Amino acid sequence: MINERQLIAALQHGLPLVSHPYAVIAEQIGSTENEVIDYIRLMKEKGDIKRFGIVVHHRQLGYKANAMVVWDIPDDRVDELGECFGQFDFVTLSYRRPRHLPDWPYNLFCMIHGKDRDDVLKNLDLMVQHCNVAAFRHEPLFSNRCFKQRGAIYIHSQDDKQASKA
Amino acid sequence: MILHSLDRKIINHLQGGFPLTENPWDELSRQLDIPVDEMICRVERMTSEGILSRFGPIYNAEKMGGGLTLAAMKVATERFDEMTDIVNSFDEVAHNYARDHELNMWFVIATETPEQITQVISKIEKKTGLKVFNMPKQEEYFLELKFEV
Repeated sequence: MINERQLIAALQHGLPLVSHPYAVIAEQIGSTENEVIDYIRLMKEKGDIKRFGIVVHHRQLGYKANAMVVWDIPDDRVDELGECFGQFDFVTLSYRRPRHLPDWPYNLFCMIHGKDRDDVLKNLDLMVQHCNVAAFRHEPLFSNRCFKQRGAIYIHSQDDKQASKA
Repeated sequence: MILHSLDRKIINHLQGGFPLTENPWDELSRQLDIPVDEMICRVERMTSEGILSRFGPIYNAEKMGGGLTLAAMKVATERFDEMTDIVNSFDEVAHNYARDHELNMWFVIATETPEQITQVISKIEKKTGLKVFNMPKQEEYFLELKFEV
C-alpha cells in the first residue's frame, strides 16, 4: 500500500541518480518498486502531476533575461488576450490575477524569456503588434536577482524530514 | 553557455518525461542512443553545474488540494537584504525574485491547504511589517515548463 503523503514527501527533493531510482524511493516509504511506479503513473493520469522529468535552471541555459509583463486589460477582453499571449514560443506563462487598486492596476501577467533584455523587449514588441494591445497600459518587470529557486515543497512535516533523511 | 550536442539531446528529451520503468536509464539509453554510464555522468555533471535542478514531479498544487499564490511587497532598497532573509526563511516560499518596480519583491507561496496561504501571508506581514499583495492565479491561459535548448 502506498501512503500518498509519504510518496510526495520522498519525491519532492527529486529522484536519486541511480539505476533503480523507484526502488530507492520504495525503500524509503516501505513500499515496492512496482507500487511506486504504478502510483506515479496514476498521479500523472489524474493530472496531479503535471510533468515528471528533469527541471532546468533556465538562467544557466542562455535564457539570461526574463520579464514578467503585466497588463491592465478591460475585464471583457482579458480571456481573449490571455489566449493570444500564450501563442508565442517565448512566452511560458499567461495568467489572469487580481488587481489591487490603487497600488496595482494590472490583471494579466505573462512571462517573456530571452537571451538578454533587448531580446525580451523585441519579443514584447512582436506581441504588442500581433495581439494589437498597444493601447493598454503595460510594464515589463525584469528580474535583476533570483534569491531562491526550487520546487515547491508541499509537505512540511515529520514525513518530509524522515523521507529526506532516509 | 555552450552545451555539447549530447547534453542538449538529454535536456530536451528528459524535460518531457522520465520513464516510469524499473530501470529508466536503460530505456533512455535505447531511446537516445547514448550509453547509460555516459548519460548518468552527463546528468551528474549538469546537476553539479547548476544547469539541472532536480529529477521529479511538478505537481498540480490546486488539484492536489494545496495552496499556491504569487505575492509581492514594496521593500525599501536599504532594507532589501534583511527582508529577503525573513521571507526566504519561510519553508512555504518557493521562489523569490527581485524585480524593478515599486513592488520589487516577488515570491511564490506553496502550502498544503489553501487556508494556509492566508496564515503564511499574515506571518510574513507581521515579521516584516510590510503589506503583502496576494495575487493568486484566477485563470490559466497558458503554461509551458519546457525549454528547448
